[in-house]
Amino acid sequence: MTDSTLTIEAPEGAAGSAGGAGGTNASASGADVGRAAVLAHRRSPAQDLADEMTQGSGQAVWLRELPFLTQVTLRAQPDGPSSEALAGALGVGLPTRVGEVAGAIDGIGVAVLWLSPDEFLAVAPDEAQTGVSPEAWAGRLSTAVGAGPGQVVDVSANRTTLELSGPRARSVLEKSCEIDLHPRAFPVGTAVVTLLESTGVIVWRTGEETWRVMPRASFTTHVVRWLLDGMREYC
Amino acid sequence: MLIIDCPHCGPRPETEFGYGGQAHVAYPEDPHALTDEQWAQYLFYRDNPKGDYAERWVHSAGCRKWFNAIRDTRTYEIARVYAAGEPRPDLSKGA
Ligand SMILES: [Zn+2]
Repeated sequence: MTDSTLTIEAPEGAAGSAGGAGGTNASASGADVGRAAVLAHRRSPAQDLADEMTQGSGQAVWLRELPFLTQVTLRAQPDGPSSEALAGALGVGLPTRVGEVAGAIDGIGVAVLWLSPDEFLAVAPDEAQTGVSPEAWAGRLSTAVGAGPGQVVDVSANRTTLELSGPRARSVLEKSCEIDLHPRAFPVGTAVVTLLESTGVIVWRTGEETWRVMPRASFTTHVVRWLLDGMREYC
Repeated sequence: MLIIDCPHCGPRPETEFGYGGQAHVAYPEDPHALTDEQWAQYLFYRDNPKGDYAERWVHSAGCRKWFNAIRDTRTYEIARVYAAGEPRPDLSKGA
Protein backbone atom coordinates (compact mmCIF):
# COMPACT_ATOMS: atom_id res chain seq x y z
CA MET A 1 0.00 0.00 0.00
CA THR A 2 1.30 3.41 -0.90
CA ASP A 3 1.58 6.34 1.45
CA SER A 4 -1.46 8.53 0.83
CA THR A 5 -0.02 11.53 2.66
CA LEU A 6 0.58 14.41 0.28
CA THR A 7 3.74 16.26 1.16
CA ILE A 8 4.39 19.57 -0.56
CA GLU A 9 7.81 21.09 -0.32
CA ALA A 10 8.14 24.86 -0.27
CA PRO A 11 9.92 25.91 -3.45
CA GLU A 12 13.16 27.93 -3.29
CA GLY A 13 12.54 31.59 -2.49
CA ALA A 14 8.84 31.13 -1.76
CA ALA A 15 7.18 33.73 0.43
CA GLY A 16 7.46 32.90 4.08
CA SER A 17 10.47 30.64 3.68
CA ALA A 18 12.91 33.30 4.85
CA GLY A 19 12.21 32.82 8.53
CA GLY A 20 14.80 30.10 8.94
CA ALA A 21 15.25 27.87 11.95
CA GLY A 22 14.19 29.17 15.30
CA GLY A 23 11.64 31.65 13.92
CA THR A 24 9.55 33.10 16.69
CA ASN A 25 6.24 32.77 14.84
CA ALA A 26 6.63 29.18 13.78
CA SER A 27 2.96 28.31 13.19
CA ALA A 28 2.08 31.40 11.11
CA SER A 29 5.22 31.11 9.00
CA GLY A 30 4.49 27.43 8.53
CA ALA A 31 1.05 28.28 7.14
CA ASP A 32 2.58 30.86 4.80
CA VAL A 33 5.10 28.34 3.54
CA GLY A 34 2.30 25.85 2.99
CA ARG A 35 0.17 28.27 0.99
CA ALA A 36 3.10 29.54 -1.06
CA ALA A 37 3.99 25.95 -1.84
CA VAL A 38 0.45 25.21 -2.95
CA LEU A 39 0.43 28.26 -5.22
CA ALA A 40 3.81 27.31 -6.69
CA HIS A 41 2.48 23.88 -7.61
CA ARG A 42 -0.59 25.04 -9.49
CA ARG A 43 -0.79 24.14 -13.17
CA SER A 44 -2.75 26.38 -15.50
CA PRO A 45 -4.79 25.06 -18.46
CA ALA A 46 -2.43 26.54 -21.10
CA GLN A 47 0.82 25.98 -19.22
CA ASP A 48 2.01 23.25 -21.56
CA LEU A 49 1.36 25.51 -24.54
CA ALA A 50 3.53 28.41 -23.35
CA ASP A 51 6.36 27.61 -25.79
CA GLU A 52 3.96 27.12 -28.70
CA MET A 53 2.37 30.49 -27.91
CA THR A 54 5.77 32.21 -27.82
CA GLN A 55 6.85 30.59 -31.09
CA GLY A 56 3.55 31.41 -32.75
CA SER A 57 3.64 35.08 -31.78
CA GLY A 58 5.17 37.93 -33.77
CA GLN A 59 5.28 41.71 -34.11
CA ALA A 60 1.74 41.93 -35.45
CA VAL A 61 -0.01 39.74 -32.92
CA TRP A 62 1.03 37.80 -29.87
CA LEU A 63 -0.66 35.40 -27.49
CA ARG A 64 -0.03 34.49 -23.85
CA GLU A 65 -1.92 33.10 -20.89
CA LEU A 66 -2.75 35.19 -17.84
CA PRO A 67 -3.13 32.24 -15.48
CA PHE A 68 -4.92 31.90 -12.17
CA LEU A 69 -7.05 35.03 -12.18
CA THR A 70 -9.55 35.00 -9.36
CA GLN A 71 -13.08 34.59 -10.78
CA VAL A 72 -16.24 34.66 -8.73
CA THR A 73 -19.73 34.20 -10.17
CA LEU A 74 -22.38 36.42 -8.65
CA ARG A 75 -26.13 35.88 -9.02
CA ALA A 76 -28.41 38.69 -7.90
CA GLN A 77 -31.53 40.39 -9.20
CA PRO A 78 -30.64 43.84 -10.50
CA ASP A 79 -31.79 46.63 -8.20
CA GLY A 80 -32.44 44.09 -5.43
CA PRO A 81 -30.87 44.23 -1.96
CA SER A 82 -28.26 41.59 -2.86
CA SER A 83 -27.13 43.61 -5.88
CA GLU A 84 -26.65 46.62 -3.68
CA ALA A 85 -24.73 44.63 -1.08
CA LEU A 86 -22.48 43.07 -3.74
CA ALA A 87 -21.86 46.41 -5.42
CA GLY A 88 -20.80 47.84 -2.07
CA ALA A 89 -18.57 44.91 -1.15
CA LEU A 90 -16.86 44.93 -4.55
CA GLY A 91 -16.26 48.66 -4.35
CA VAL A 92 -16.71 49.03 -8.12
CA GLY A 93 -20.47 48.50 -8.49
CA LEU A 94 -22.16 46.05 -10.85
CA PRO A 95 -22.54 46.45 -14.62
CA THR A 96 -26.11 47.07 -15.73
CA ARG A 97 -26.26 45.98 -19.37
CA VAL A 98 -24.72 43.66 -21.92
CA GLY A 99 -21.07 44.39 -22.70
CA GLU A 100 -20.52 46.62 -19.70
CA VAL A 101 -17.55 46.11 -17.37
CA ALA A 102 -17.58 47.77 -13.95
CA GLY A 103 -14.31 48.68 -12.28
CA ALA A 104 -10.99 47.99 -13.97
CA ILE A 105 -12.06 47.89 -17.62
CA ASP A 106 -8.41 47.28 -18.58
CA GLY A 107 -8.38 44.20 -16.35
CA ILE A 108 -5.71 45.60 -14.03
CA GLY A 109 -7.47 45.43 -10.69
CA VAL A 110 -10.97 44.27 -9.81
CA ALA A 111 -13.49 44.17 -12.64
CA VAL A 112 -17.06 42.91 -12.82
CA LEU A 113 -18.36 41.56 -16.13
CA TRP A 114 -22.01 41.36 -17.19
CA LEU A 115 -22.93 37.79 -18.10
CA SER A 116 -26.71 37.99 -17.93
CA PRO A 117 -29.31 40.32 -16.36
CA ASP A 118 -28.84 38.59 -13.00
CA GLU A 119 -25.39 37.03 -13.37
CA PHE A 120 -22.00 38.71 -13.13
CA LEU A 121 -18.37 37.63 -13.07
CA ALA A 122 -15.99 39.36 -10.67
CA VAL A 123 -12.39 39.10 -11.88
CA ALA A 124 -9.46 39.93 -9.61
CA PRO A 125 -5.70 39.37 -9.90
CA ASP A 126 -3.97 36.11 -9.02
CA GLU A 127 -3.66 35.34 -5.33
CA ALA A 128 0.12 35.07 -5.82
CA GLN A 129 0.15 38.81 -6.51
CA THR A 130 -2.44 40.02 -4.02
CA GLY A 131 -2.25 37.51 -1.19
CA VAL A 132 -6.06 37.33 -1.29
CA SER A 133 -7.28 33.85 -2.15
CA PRO A 134 -10.35 33.18 -4.34
CA GLU A 135 -11.96 31.59 -1.29
CA ALA A 136 -11.40 34.79 0.69
CA TRP A 137 -12.92 36.83 -2.15
CA ALA A 138 -15.94 34.56 -2.37
CA GLY A 139 -16.29 34.51 1.40
CA ARG A 140 -16.28 38.27 1.64
CA LEU A 141 -18.89 38.63 -1.10
CA SER A 142 -20.98 35.83 0.31
CA THR A 143 -20.99 37.56 3.69
CA ALA A 144 -22.17 40.73 1.97
CA VAL A 145 -25.13 38.91 0.40
CA GLY A 146 -25.89 37.26 3.75
CA ALA A 147 -29.32 35.69 3.84
CA GLY A 148 -30.53 37.77 0.90
CA PRO A 149 -31.54 36.12 -2.39
CA GLY A 150 -28.44 35.53 -4.46
CA GLN A 151 -25.42 33.33 -4.98
CA VAL A 152 -21.65 33.68 -4.79
CA VAL A 153 -19.42 30.89 -6.14
CA ASP A 154 -15.67 30.72 -6.66
CA VAL A 155 -15.25 29.64 -10.30
CA SER A 156 -11.57 30.53 -10.70
CA ALA A 157 -10.79 27.08 -12.09
CA ASN A 158 -13.66 27.20 -14.60
CA ARG A 159 -12.02 29.45 -17.17
CA THR A 160 -8.50 30.55 -17.92
CA THR A 161 -7.57 33.85 -19.52
CA LEU A 162 -5.73 34.19 -22.82
CA GLU A 163 -4.44 37.57 -23.87
CA LEU A 164 -4.24 38.35 -27.57
CA SER A 165 -2.42 41.59 -28.35
CA GLY A 166 -1.07 43.57 -31.26
CA PRO A 167 -2.20 45.50 -34.31
CA ARG A 168 -3.63 42.34 -35.95
CA ALA A 169 -5.25 40.90 -32.81
CA ARG A 170 -8.70 42.06 -33.89
CA SER A 171 -8.21 40.57 -37.36
CA VAL A 172 -7.43 37.20 -35.78
CA LEU A 173 -10.54 37.32 -33.60
CA GLU A 174 -12.75 38.48 -36.46
CA LYS A 175 -12.00 35.28 -38.35
CA SER A 176 -13.92 33.29 -35.75
CA CYS A 177 -16.13 35.71 -33.85
CA GLU A 178 -19.36 36.76 -35.52
CA ILE A 179 -20.18 39.75 -33.37
CA ASP A 180 -18.99 43.20 -34.40
CA LEU A 181 -15.59 43.89 -32.81
CA HIS A 182 -15.07 47.27 -34.48
CA PRO A 183 -14.29 49.99 -31.87
CA ARG A 184 -17.53 51.70 -32.87
CA ALA A 185 -19.50 48.72 -31.55
CA PHE A 186 -16.94 47.21 -29.17
CA PRO A 187 -14.87 49.91 -27.44
CA VAL A 188 -12.19 49.26 -24.81
CA GLY A 189 -13.89 48.02 -21.65
CA THR A 190 -16.49 45.88 -23.43
CA ALA A 191 -16.88 42.19 -22.54
CA VAL A 192 -19.43 39.70 -23.85
CA VAL A 193 -20.20 36.01 -23.63
CA THR A 194 -20.20 34.67 -27.18
CA LEU A 195 -18.81 32.01 -29.49
CA LEU A 196 -15.30 31.84 -30.90
CA GLU A 197 -15.97 29.52 -33.84
CA SER A 198 -18.05 26.93 -31.95
CA THR A 199 -16.53 27.37 -28.50
CA GLY A 200 -18.19 29.43 -25.78
CA VAL A 201 -15.86 32.14 -24.49
CA ILE A 202 -15.86 35.56 -22.89
CA VAL A 203 -14.30 38.17 -25.18
CA TRP A 204 -13.10 41.23 -23.31
CA ARG A 205 -11.38 44.21 -24.88
CA THR A 206 -8.92 45.51 -22.27
CA GLY A 207 -7.03 47.89 -24.58
CA GLU A 208 -7.06 49.32 -28.11
CA GLU A 209 -4.97 46.37 -29.25
CA THR A 210 -5.40 44.03 -26.31
CA TRP A 211 -8.10 41.39 -25.94
CA ARG A 212 -8.83 38.75 -23.37
CA VAL A 213 -10.37 35.48 -24.48
CA MET A 214 -11.62 33.38 -21.59
CA PRO A 215 -12.38 29.75 -22.53
CA ARG A 216 -13.38 26.98 -20.16
CA ALA A 217 -10.35 25.09 -18.85
CA SER A 218 -11.04 21.93 -20.86
CA PHE A 219 -11.42 23.92 -24.12
CA THR A 220 -8.21 25.86 -23.62
CA THR A 221 -5.87 23.66 -25.67
CA HIS A 222 -8.29 23.82 -28.57
CA VAL A 223 -8.77 27.59 -28.35
CA VAL A 224 -5.02 28.26 -28.07
CA ARG A 225 -4.27 26.14 -31.15
CA TRP A 226 -7.21 27.68 -33.00
CA LEU A 227 -5.92 31.22 -32.29
CA LEU A 228 -2.34 30.23 -33.18
CA ASP A 229 -3.61 28.91 -36.48
CA GLY A 230 -5.39 32.21 -37.11
CA MET A 231 -2.20 34.13 -36.22
CA ARG A 232 0.06 32.27 -38.66
CA GLU A 233 -0.48 34.53 -41.65
CA TYR A 234 0.58 37.57 -39.58
CA CYS A 235 3.62 36.06 -37.81
CA MET B 1 -27.85 32.47 -40.91
CA LEU B 2 -30.50 34.23 -38.90
CA ILE B 3 -29.62 37.20 -36.73
CA ILE B 4 -31.76 36.90 -33.62
CA ASP B 5 -32.33 39.84 -31.33
CA CYS B 6 -31.86 38.58 -27.76
CA PRO B 7 -33.94 40.80 -25.45
CA HIS B 8 -30.92 41.06 -23.14
CA CYS B 9 -27.88 40.95 -25.44
CA GLY B 10 -29.08 42.42 -28.72
CA PRO B 11 -28.52 40.94 -32.18
CA ARG B 12 -26.51 37.72 -32.21
CA PRO B 13 -25.97 34.94 -34.76
CA GLU B 14 -28.38 32.03 -34.76
CA THR B 15 -25.60 29.61 -33.72
CA GLU B 16 -25.65 31.15 -30.22
CA PHE B 17 -29.29 30.10 -29.71
CA GLY B 18 -31.23 26.98 -28.99
CA TYR B 19 -34.75 26.37 -30.23
CA GLY B 20 -37.51 25.45 -27.82
CA GLY B 21 -40.51 24.86 -30.06
CA GLN B 22 -43.96 26.38 -29.77
CA ALA B 23 -44.47 28.92 -26.99
CA HIS B 24 -47.44 29.16 -24.65
CA VAL B 25 -47.98 25.39 -24.35
CA ALA B 26 -49.04 25.08 -20.74
CA TYR B 27 -48.20 22.01 -18.68
CA PRO B 28 -51.47 20.22 -17.89
CA GLU B 29 -53.00 21.13 -14.53
CA ASP B 30 -53.34 17.45 -13.61
CA PRO B 31 -51.47 15.10 -16.01
CA HIS B 32 -52.97 12.04 -14.27
CA ALA B 33 -56.47 13.13 -15.23
CA LEU B 34 -55.63 13.01 -18.95
CA THR B 35 -56.33 10.14 -21.30
CA ASP B 36 -53.37 8.74 -23.21
CA GLU B 37 -54.58 10.58 -26.26
CA GLN B 38 -54.79 13.91 -24.41
CA TRP B 39 -51.31 13.36 -22.94
CA ALA B 40 -49.96 12.54 -26.41
CA GLN B 41 -51.61 15.69 -27.73
CA TYR B 42 -49.82 17.72 -25.06
CA LEU B 43 -46.46 16.05 -25.61
CA PHE B 44 -46.24 15.70 -29.36
CA TYR B 45 -48.79 17.82 -31.19
CA ARG B 46 -47.88 21.37 -32.16
CA ASP B 47 -49.32 24.00 -34.46
CA ASN B 48 -47.77 24.32 -37.89
CA PRO B 49 -48.94 27.68 -39.16
CA LYS B 50 -47.97 29.32 -42.41
CA GLY B 51 -47.06 32.77 -41.11
CA ASP B 52 -46.58 34.13 -37.60
CA TYR B 53 -45.56 31.51 -35.06
CA ALA B 54 -44.88 32.19 -31.36
CA GLU B 55 -41.91 30.09 -30.29
CA ARG B 56 -39.37 29.73 -27.52
CA TRP B 57 -35.66 30.40 -27.91
CA VAL B 58 -32.78 30.26 -25.45
CA HIS B 59 -29.61 32.31 -25.78
CA SER B 60 -27.52 29.31 -24.78
CA ALA B 61 -24.09 30.68 -25.79
CA GLY B 62 -24.77 34.10 -24.29
CA CYS B 63 -26.92 35.12 -21.34
CA ARG B 64 -28.57 31.65 -21.15
CA LYS B 65 -32.04 33.18 -20.76
CA TRP B 66 -35.19 31.84 -22.37
CA PHE B 67 -37.44 34.21 -24.27
CA ASN B 68 -40.23 34.12 -26.83
CA ALA B 69 -40.20 35.29 -30.43
CA ILE B 70 -42.81 35.66 -33.15
CA ARG B 71 -41.31 34.36 -36.37
CA ASP B 72 -42.88 34.23 -39.79
CA THR B 73 -42.49 30.62 -40.93
CA ARG B 74 -42.57 31.72 -44.61
CA THR B 75 -39.89 34.45 -44.46
CA TYR B 76 -38.04 33.56 -41.24
CA GLU B 77 -38.43 37.19 -40.27
CA ILE B 78 -38.72 37.71 -36.52
CA ALA B 79 -41.32 40.39 -35.89
CA ARG B 80 -41.03 40.59 -32.13
CA VAL B 81 -39.12 39.16 -29.16
CA TYR B 82 -40.63 39.24 -25.69
CA ALA B 83 -39.97 37.88 -22.21
CA ALA B 84 -40.81 34.32 -21.23
CA GLY B 85 -44.05 34.38 -19.26
CA GLU B 86 -45.40 37.42 -21.09
CA PRO B 87 -48.61 36.88 -23.07
CA ARG B 88 -48.34 36.70 -26.85
CA PRO B 89 -48.33 40.28 -28.15
CA ASP B 90 -50.95 41.32 -30.66
CA LEU B 91 -48.94 42.35 -33.73
CA SER B 92 -51.97 43.92 -35.39
CA LYS B 93 -51.66 46.78 -32.91
CA GLY B 94 -48.33 47.80 -34.44
CA ALA B 95 -44.86 47.90 -32.93
ZN1 LIG C 1 -28.79 36.99 -24.44
